[in-house]
Amino acid sequence: MQQFAENIETEKKFDIAKIRHDFPVLHQEINGRPLIYFDNAATTQKPVQVINAIDEYYKGYNANIHRGVHALADKATNAFEASRTAAQSFIKAPEAEEMIFTYGTTDSINLVAQSYGRAFIDQGDEIIISALEHHSNIVPWQMICQEKGAKLKVIPVLKDGSLDMVAFKNLLSDKTKLVSIVHISNALGTINPVEEITKLAHDYGAVVMIDGAQASSHIEIDVQKINCDFYALSAHKVFGPTGMGILYGKRNILEKMPPYRVGGEMINEVTFEKTTYNDIPYKFEAGTPNIADVIGFKFALDYVNEIGKGNIQKHENELLNAATALMETIPEVRLVGTADNKASVVSFVVDGMHHFDVGMMLDAKGVAVRTGHHCTQPLMNEFGIEGTVRASFSIYNTVAEIEFMVEALKEIIAKWK
Amino acid sequence: MEIKDRATKDIETIQQEIIDEFEVLAGDRESTIFYIMELGQKLPELNEDHKIEQNIIKGCQSKVWLTADPDKEYLHFSADSNTEITKGLISLLIRVLSGQKMDDILNADLHFIEDIGMGRIIGSQRSNGLVAMIKQMKLYALAFKSKQK
Repeated sequence: MQQFAENIETEKKFDIAKIRHDFPVLHQEINGRPLIYFDNAATTQKPVQVINAIDEYYKGYNANIHRGVHALADKATNAFEASRTAAQSFIKAPEAEEMIFTYGTTDSINLVAQSYGRAFIDQGDEIIISALEHHSNIVPWQMICQEKGAKLKVIPVLKDGSLDMVAFKNLLSDKTKLVSIVHISNALGTINPVEEITKLAHDYGAVVMIDGAQASSHIEIDVQKINCDFYALSAHKVFGPTGMGILYGKRNILEKMPPYRVGGEMINEVTFEKTTYNDIPYKFEAGTPNIADVIGFKFALDYVNEIGKGNIQKHENELLNAATALMETIPEVRLVGTADNKASVVSFVVDGMHHFDVGMMLDAKGVAVRTGHHCTQPLMNEFGIEGTVRASFSIYNTVAEIEFMVEALKEIIAKWK
Repeated sequence: MEIKDRATKDIETIQQEIIDEFEVLAGDRESTIFYIMELGQKLPELNEDHKIEQNIIKGCQSKVWLTADPDKEYLHFSADSNTEITKGLISLLIRVLSGQKMDDILNADLHFIEDIGMGRIIGSQRSNGLVAMIKQMKLYALAFKSKQK
């Protein structure tokens, strides 16, 4: 049955010309050259379907949701909740109520750290993260550890940028209360074995959180298969609007967690003596949410579903393979992060050149890449480097663009030598 | 190596020279960046002893070390960075301000940066860094001037 479903997906047509046409921002010149956008790990561009949806909401049915009795409020509420259902099916969560709208992955992680962490982490407990983590999956846990007298343990990375799973097994103990791991590394592209990590952590009774910020646009996500307790993602990394994201949590865990931010919407009944809280997910959604962007998010997910994750992965693997092969022909270039299981990201350093200089020269040629530590300073320290140049590819990128970047890079290096 | 020579031209004259030099590049971003990087390569290296935390300019994305040496009412600057573009930018500032009178440094209106369209060439983040460098150079001038009084 699964094989049958996969066949249907790959039979969908991957029409790169149409896809590129859907993204208005791509059609411009930078320094007199066509823009090549390779900063997708920072944020993806938005298709016209998402832009129009937000525009239509403000023009046609802007209203505050949930308690209004008028027609506009009803329409806005329905569109808002339709987004929740779309997100639920996007990550294959069992129930829509387990999907909490947040401001993004960082906010989702903070919610778990501040609500679950404060309630259930005690002195002497241990939280495990990995050396691949983005600062947003380090600092919230550091804070809670400091507050509670708990200990933060870090799974080291191997030379190729994959996690040292032997070390992970050794870190696990009865003291481990929570494991929070990135699904795909933003800096290196490494895809972590989250299913295995979850299983190992669960054997010790620990709760598992997965940071899916980078994974959302690249690979199929199935939270039931992973069996993680929390999964976080950001809309803007998957062709949706900025300032909005998702926290998935298993119902039984979310129900026992206290509210994290309080105010309107999240209450059941308020008197000056006592307040009772609303049910999930509203218990965690205090205040008027980011309605327009939540509505826009559904259109981003629909867009991805329409193309099909199978097709996306196939296309992005082609890009990654082409980029890796071409970059390896430049002797001055060293790729950082070469794990077997990798998403479409190439992080690299150039001998004798600072990554800022390389990035700026590439930008002058119309190629947008990211340079620096990518909010993963501890990871850069592990590799003994200050930062890298990172080119990250998405559905609208082409092999021709990669070839242009590689030629540009060769030119820059030759000129500078 | 430290630049100890007093400036032979005033700030305004040097600014105009730089503006003229950049005009040749006709606003082409790639050539301009490359030119700035080349200027950076020519900047005398700062002694490793000076590359310490207290000489780092805060507000720059790349690492920038700046030292100042007073010589009566004159002030000499030396600086270095870990990136070539930033080194190039500092070399321009040093060329304009180093060896000038402290008063002139304090009162300098560094219009050449805007005149050559630096913001467009190096982007807003590096422009902020450039502002931080100028601020630090003026702070040195102010500090040494008040010490002399």
